[in-house]
Amino acid sequence: MQYRLEATYRKRVTRRYLELPLSWHEEHSTGELLSNANSDVETTWYPIAPFPLAVGVLLMLVTTLGLLLVTDPVLALVGSVIFPAIAILTVLYSRRMSPLMTRAQELRGEVSGIAHESFDGALVVKTLGREAGETERFRHTSEELRDTMTAVGRVHGIFDPMMEALPVIGVLAVLLAGTSRVGSGNLEAGELVRVAYLFTLLAFPVRAIGWVLNEIPSSVVGWDRVQRVLTATGAQEYGDRTLPGQAPAALTVHGVSFSYADAQVLHEIAFDVRPGRTLALVGPTGAGKSTLASVLVRLLDPATGRVAYDDVDVRALAPGALAGVASLVPQSTFLFDDTVRGNVTLDSDLPDEDVWAALRVAQADGFVAALPAALDTRVGERGTTLSGGQRQRLALARAVVRRPRLLVLDDATSSVDPQVEQRILAGLRRSEHTSTVVVVAYRRATIALADEVVYVENGRVAARGAHDELLLTSRGYQDLVSAYERAEAERVALESTADEAEVAV
Amino acid sequence: MSAPAAGTTLDGRGTERGSLATLRHGIRLTPEFREGLGLTLLLAVVATAGRVVVPVAVQQTIDEGLLRPGGPDLGLVRLACGLAFVAVLVTAVANYFTNVRIYRTTESGLSALRVRAFRRVHDLSVLHQAAERRGSLVSRVTSDVDAMSTFMQWGGLLVVVSTVQLLLATGLMLFWSWQLTLLVYVCFVPLALAVRVLQRRLQQAYRVVRERVGEMLGVVAESVVGAQVIRAYAVQGRTTSRLDSAVDAARVAQTRAQRLAAITFSSGELIAALATGAVVVVGVLLGVAGDITTGRLVGFLFLVTLFIQPVQVATELLNEAQNAIAGLRRVLGVLDTPSDVADPGDGLPLPEGPVQVRFEHVEFAYPGGRPVLHDVDLELAPRTRVAVVGETGSGKTTFAKLLTRLMDPTSGRVLLSGVPLDQVSFASLRRRVVMVPQDGFLFDSTVAANVRFGRLPASDDDITLAFHELGLSDWLEQLPDGLHTSVGERGESLSVGERQLVAITRAYIADPDLLVLDEATSAVDPATEVRLQRALDSLTRGRTTVAIAHRLSTAEAADEVLVVEDGVVVQRGPHRDLLAQDGPYARMHASWISQSR
Repeated sequence: MQYRLEATYRKRVTRRYLELPLSWHEEHSTGELLSNANSDVETTWYPIAPFPLAVGVLLMLVTTLGLLLVTDPVLALVGSVIFPAIAILTVLYSRRMSPLMTRAQELRGEVSGIAHESFDGALVVKTLGREAGETERFRHTSEELRDTMTAVGRVHGIFDPMMEALPVIGVLAVLLAGTSRVGSGNLEAGELVRVAYLFTLLAFPVRAIGWVLNEIPSSVVGWDRVQRVLTATGAQEYGDRTLPGQAPAALTVHGVSFSYADAQVLHEIAFDVRPGRTLALVGPTGAGKSTLASVLVRLLDPATGRVAYDDVDVRALAPGALAGVASLVPQSTFLFDDTVRGNVTLDSDLPDEDVWAALRVAQADGFVAALPAALDTRVGERGTTLSGGQRQRLALARAVVRRPRLLVLDDATSSVDPQVEQRILAGLRRSEHTSTVVVVAYRRATIALADEVVYVENGRVAARGAHDELLLTSRGYQDLVSAYERAEAERVALESTADEAEVAV
Repeated sequence: MSAPAAGTTLDGRGTERGSLATLRHGIRLTPEFREGLGLTLLLAVVATAGRVVVPVAVQQTIDEGLLRPGGPDLGLVRLACGLAFVAVLVTAVANYFTNVRIYRTTESGLSALRVRAFRRVHDLSVLHQAAERRGSLVSRVTSDVDAMSTFMQWGGLLVVVSTVQLLLATGLMLFWSWQLTLLVYVCFVPLALAVRVLQRRLQQAYRVVRERVGEMLGVVAESVVGAQVIRAYAVQGRTTSRLDSAVDAARVAQTRAQRLAAITFSSGELIAALATGAVVVVGVLLGVAGDITTGRLVGFLFLVTLFIQPVQVATELLNEAQNAIAGLRRVLGVLDTPSDVADPGDGLPLPEGPVQVRFEHVEFAYPGGRPVLHDVDLELAPRTRVAVVGETGSGKTTFAKLLTRLMDPTSGRVLLSGVPLDQVSFASLRRRVVMVPQDGFLFDSTVAANVRFGRLPASDDDITLAFHELGLSDWLEQLPDGLHTSVGERGESLSVGERQLVAITRAYIADPDLLVLDEATSAVDPATEVRLQRALDSLTRGRTTVAIAHRLSTAEAADEVLVVEDGVVVQRGPHRDLLAQDGPYARMHASWISQSR
């Protein structure tokens, strides 16, 4: 029962993770989300286990009380004083315990977060010899958790013995009160024995209820944290349109604005790309290119304006329909801990020829063929067994194999050797399934391959046109593109001064 | 490249150990668990003894007070009740202190164990680290440790308390009626036997639970980290089914373990009820025969409750114990894995001054994999800037890992300034030799904190100065909060190039004598590229530098170029000389030129 509920809620929480927009993900750390899906769900349902027991116990309680009332109402009342006492105790307990448990669960999240981050950056930690420092950081939070749990123990330490003592005190009170009643002749000694015995029977149920009550504060805290995920808003709404067909799609971007919490990143972006054409998005770092790329494939919804494929607003598309039209290859590559084939097909039923064809376009066929088990080689968590460039090429093949009608490359070949990148872009154009392509690019040679360039500056379209044209008309573009040459010149200059310095020594 | 293979898992030996041995081993590694245990146990015994006073008082009240043949003796009743009340108070106070002490020692112990396991994960070699999913490693310092907490809080204590309670109850029971005592024992012997059998299966079941939970965390982590890709390709279905099967696998394992536990528990319940019933029936018969007084019978029933309680607790405890031991085993799995690239302990320091590098017939192969480097034998002069170039998979990165002793060669040896690398103390090695890994991983903190990672304690002024010396002041100034700008998880609020700038400054402030750059391959925007070049130039000046070059511009600027092909150094010399030869380098360079200009 407890585990079934746990499993149900774990699934709900993780499904919710998949539904919530990327902007939500950006605000929450991996460790936190892990802890939500794991220990928070666990603590929520923990009291369920003794719950049936508690119900049985309650029944026992009612029966015993009934019998007591029949035997001697006065003594029953005296003895029953323990019940309000228990109630008050429980309220006090919860009030003290809840904040502590909240803190403890938060700290568990932090502990998990630090471990996750630190193991993620293990290489940096190792190469800088920072193991001790990281351990200190972990220890700090771990010890804070320890102290909080010790405080929990203290509250527990007060509550638990009291819960145990109360029924016994009840019995003793009944015996004492009973003695005077026996003394005054209102009660038979034999009846008092029976009452006392009945009260001793109550001791166990009361304790059992105590156990359940004990767990409730942490359960409530866990529930709150789980609910925060389940009720988080911002899941995207879908329409019911589909876009069948194979031909490259026309892309229209109209008046698109987008803001993160505090800053507007895109201002009234507008452009269109005719089917089968290639557009380069160029601009300095922080200009909003990646955000725009995410908006183009509806990973983010713009605050105002619209994005349309073949004149259909992307928001009107049915769930899954968009992915059938457009593919994004993001800047940071993510591979699953799966085989090469699994990473390319993502479990869609595609023949190996298609996979190899896509790998060829992505210039990945060579290294994949050389892997020990070719397509069946596992790439490790996040593809750790491959180099950055290899990972990017697999990510590209993943997009190409779907024959997207719109392909968005967000600086997706940055880790690939320039000559390989050229072959990739050439291959894309030669491919029999041509796509409309939007490419975020830095390399001059890449930009030169585009039919048209949109130059973005501070979230606005600053200039638009062919590469050669922009070189003449846009000062900013000219500066940006020629910066490589300047970089080169500067390096040469630096080197000659360095040489002189060495000569001087 | 580095396919993790057999022999690198973290559960090598721990699994074969028995439960008690595991527990003993765990406690030996965590002396915190034993701190102040004597007093805690004493308190616990006092609390237990206090519990036994109540049935005695009740028996006295009834036999000697209420049902005294000459009429009730109310004074005695009041006295007995008063004494019992005091006993209850003493018990409560003793209980309170036991509780507090237990929590303190347990939490200290768990925290210490957690921290030790965490440290060990970092001490493991890169091969071991790569052998296991991140989520699973995380679970070893989080949920596996948490699994122990309930048991550690109550387990050890309950064993003692229960034994004492059992002994006291038995003694008193024997004193009052040996017949009834025998009856109770006859009822419980079969349970004890059944538990022995069940216990082994429980143990197995809980081991599976811990493993499944670890796997589940791994899958959840992947789905969270890969959120963007999952969204972009609308493969929620696939991810969901993976998540579901991982969650379900954990549930099935838990349910199975729970069912086994329930059998133990409910059989305990059943026998407890049987025993109570039998005592009532036989007791009444004995009472009629005049062998036992009413007070003793009531008191005896009290005692049976006291007797049953530890038995029930024991079955519950067994359950928790198995869960705890399964968790402990996984934690010990980390602690017991020897670090195969270890600090030599009383290692030598590297001689001061610029570092000279020597590879003596170095071979390297990943466990169970093909050789990656073949007989690399070379020497690099101090203060030279060396660029290592070659195709992906040629062995460049392995070369860098051997140089920084992230791994040890399969044969041959690496020497720095004449000292064999495996004899250099880690303290000296990590201070003098710094590697800038390819991905420029940043921690979710500020720019300053990330730079400070390279050298503690660097003041904000030191850090600002470092940025200035690397020619990055202008970049720093345009950050929204300067040094205190937050970089986001994995540094992802910054662009790839900017992350590299921080990583370079981090290495600069560490001020190493040998710098190993696994050059980032990402193309970055030109403005950042200019800064990167400038910063790298200042960083490498005057140091022995080995750059795993992905750009030929780095090779052009180097004093010497090593060309690696299939794990063999095929060409070596200054850029200009190599260019003049008709070899692989010249070919690479030609294609580069045609693309980048």
